[in-house]
Amino acid sequence: MKAAVIVFPGSNCDRDMMVGIEHSLGRKPEMVWHKETELPDVDFIAVPGGFSYGDYLRCGAMSAHSPIMREVVKKANQGVRVLGVCNGFQILTEAGLLPGVLMRNAKLRFICKDVHLKVENAETEFTNKYSAGQAIRVPVAHHDGNFFADDETLAALEGNGQVAFRYCDAAGNVTDDANINGSRNNIAGILNEKKNVLGMMPHPERLCDTQLGGTDGKPMFDALVEALS
Amino acid sequence: MSEITPEIVAEHGLSADEWKLCLEIMGREPNLNELGIFSVMWSEHCSYKSSKKWLKTLPTEAPWVICGPGENAGIIDIGDNQAIIFKMESHNHPSYIEPYQGAATGIGGILRDVFTMGARPICNLNALRFGEPDHEKTRHLVSGVVEGIGGYGNCVGVPTVAGECEFHKSYNGNNLVNAMAVGLADADNIFYSAAAGVGNPVVYFGSKTGRDGIHGATMASAEFTEDSEEKRPTVQVGDPFTEKLLIEATLELMKTGSIVAIQDMGAAGLTSSSFEMASKGGVGVELELDQVPMREEGMTPYELMLSESQERMLVILKPGMEDVAKAVMDKWDLEFAVIGKLTDTGNMVLKWNGEVVGDLPIDPLALASPEYDRPWVKTERPAEVKAADVESNVGRIDALKTLISHPNMASKRWIWEQYDHMVMGDTVGRPGGDSALVRVHGTNKGVAVTSDCTPRYCYQDPFEGGKQIVAETYRNITAVGAVPMAVTDNLNFGNPERPEIMGQIVGCIEGIGEACRTLNYPIVSGNVSLYNETNGTGILPTPTLGAVGLIQNIDDAASVAFKKEGQAIVVLGETTGWLGASRYLEVLCGREEGAPPPVDLDQELKTGNFVREQILAGVETCHDISDGGLAVALAEMAMAGNIGCSVDIPTNVDQAYAWLFGEDQGRYIVTIDADKAGAFVIKAGEAGVVANIIGQTGGSDVVLGGESVSVADLKDLHESWMPDYMAAGE
Repeated sequence: MKAAVIVFPGSNCDRDMMVGIEHSLGRKPEMVWHKETELPDVDFIAVPGGFSYGDYLRCGAMSAHSPIMREVVKKANQGVRVLGVCNGFQILTEAGLLPGVLMRNAKLRFICKDVHLKVENAETEFTNKYSAGQAIRVPVAHHDGNFFADDETLAALEGNGQVAFRYCDAAGNVTDDANINGSRNNIAGILNEKKNVLGMMPHPERLCDTQLGGTDGKPMFDALVEALS
Repeated sequence: MSEITPEIVAEHGLSADEWKLCLEIMGREPNLNELGIFSVMWSEHCSYKSSKKWLKTLPTEAPWVICGPGENAGIIDIGDNQAIIFKMESHNHPSYIEPYQGAATGIGGILRDVFTMGARPICNLNALRFGEPDHEKTRHLVSGVVEGIGGYGNCVGVPTVAGECEFHKSYNGNNLVNAMAVGLADADNIFYSAAAGVGNPVVYFGSKTGRDGIHGATMASAEFTEDSEEKRPTVQVGDPFTEKLLIEATLELMKTGSIVAIQDMGAAGLTSSSFEMASKGGVGVELELDQVPMREEGMTPYELMLSESQERMLVILKPGMEDVAKAVMDKWDLEFAVIGKLTDTGNMVLKWNGEVVGDLPIDPLALASPEYDRPWVKTERPAEVKAADVESNVGRIDALKTLISHPNMASKRWIWEQYDHMVMGDTVGRPGGDSALVRVHGTNKGVAVTSDCTPRYCYQDPFEGGKQIVAETYRNITAVGAVPMAVTDNLNFGNPERPEIMGQIVGCIEGIGEACRTLNYPIVSGNVSLYNETNGTGILPTPTLGAVGLIQNIDDAASVAFKKEGQAIVVLGETTGWLGASRYLEVLCGREEGAPPPVDLDQELKTGNFVREQILAGVETCHDISDGGLAVALAEMAMAGNIGCSVDIPTNVDQAYAWLFGEDQGRYIVTIDADKAGAFVIKAGEAGVVANIIGQTGGSDVVLGGESVSVADLKDLHESWMPDYMAAGE
């Protein structure tokens, strides 16, 4: 796998993403500055979390117009795998690679904690090391993770197997209590139609290391490495 | 330039004597620009004039100290050419006036102190103290301060990993926001602030300068009155996004080899940074103030010198390195301007479009910075409270439930879940333990960090209270298995012009000093916040300490959670049932009184060393005993591990509540496999440490001498107070 991590001004999970990928890949991905206009030859692009441009405007709205994003969109349309986590997910929706929008959390507060995710689609190159219905534990850290899409879009997402993850309890039950941020249908992560772009609010890269308390995020990067080697 | 009237002098906070001295130094009447500079440089906040005499008595040296107090932050050596740079600082007054921005800019300021010296910040801590929960302003302040800390810390991407939060009526009109930043640097690539090299360019980078925060340092040096809220315009506004860029740009600039000296612009802005850099380096400085990047038109030299706009740095570059530095700032879209040069005059000369608008001698002003030996009276140690004299009508289980759900002891999860405590991917020990544990990136070493203060002890007996804070940080670091290395102090007190307050300051500093000397645990940085009073009522003496320790292999670290059923519970240290100044006495008996528990520092050292040895030898569960005594510590361990425990009250104990809830110092709880517990107790005895097996882990209840409560019920109570309290205001 040839991997790149995009770095925006205000990205702050870029190093975490680099380390997360390195755990599975055995080498560091390329770090690409947002002002670049060309991407290196890659088959996997990660858009990391953070507060790009401070998120003073709508989250991700500024970054979606960074020079490098034109290239990311182009590559995504050519089938290159793209993962957006947290602010990265917000950027991918703003860039039009994924539908919907991430609104302010229902309780209006930033939330940082481990949550459980039910794997809804385990047949993608991101998720095929998980089993369908499995509950994995992954941290969230966001202020604007409340996924919204209109009824029609939501129906399409559900119908096409584009829902990758839902917030659930430890036993895998998708409940209102487990829905930490008010997302429609408890959605925590979605795919594009071709399933080569995944956006998710939780941070798989933060739990790839037993010393940090868990490794439920690692199978995602293992799966990508296997698919792209 | 306007004539300086006595009113203008008074507005600048200079006393009559200080004004006289100012005239002597200048040899003429200063103009307004110059007066403004005197005012901030001699403010309590910048000059430490009331506390300096006593601060000098603190121990600041050890073989592992690279840099003690006097620079932007303290530095210790953690081996492998790595250094930890850290400091704690208050932002009390601004946070009361405008909680969100006040707290946010406190985080920004303390982060700059750390990366200015060459460190990448690796974690933040904060110690918060608010008024009574039912005071009309408290909820609003808690909400704003927490949001401000989160808003800034989360955005810059530095994990907030530990802290404390307490409530007391003495903070009703004067909350405390103490923030600590910890950074990691290469020991051979540290940057200092002493300017050098006549002719070298003085360069400004970061944000533009606006009119915000003018005279923040002088505000922080006066008591609050009813009209303090009118001072809102002096609170600065933070921009964490720019701070994030500033961190990256500064660290990148530091790799170019172009820097002679560097300092952030904090309190008193450009005045204090340029003045201190020149003063430390023994050089003069000439500033072209019209070259300073400005946010708005029509700003005056006076405003430019005193603005406390955030996210700005001042750097002395090596000759000819301007282009190299500018390229870095261009990459990060930050302002860059050459605003002056170093001179050999020993003066600070301020120019505005070529015209001299200020000319002050640097050394005379700095050296004449006032130092007061303010009168003080010793706080007499109150009488001891005998356990037998404490009326106890409450059953032990009800007492435990009351304590663990009391505002001061309930879980603060509501707070720390609003802080990103995992970003940077090295948070091994998350909030909620004795110390947080942050891995040194790319290694197996861990840095343990904690912040502590027990104001009610300091109020009753400043000297013992001061000792106790040091000991408490020492225990919290020890309890995870790390070696306590050094301390930063953030001394919050009332008005030092009142002898009884000055007595608290002196007593606490002496206690802290004694403990740090005995424990070989130097103070390497700090900050003093005085005049924490409103309408003549002072806060409890609150000298918050932040501490840093090191564990060589984080896989060895212990944590508070019970991990296995059927282990023996061993208490290390002596239990006498000390109830004076305890939480039990305060919460269950409504008595805030009595001599606080004494700290035996020699014993502290012995017990601490033994605990650390045993953790490295395989003990996995350890917790120090503090507020609420043995019973609360056990409950915390049970709640963290979702495993119950059962303890027997020794038959020779007269008052069970004193044994359960007394706050004797120097104690830890560890768990040991039952078949090894006997040998463990013998080993402890050989090390000079009292050890008693008091019970065992297991089951789903906490059982105290036959009376029980389920761990689930305790958790419900412990976790629900804060969210319920905050929700009640929504």
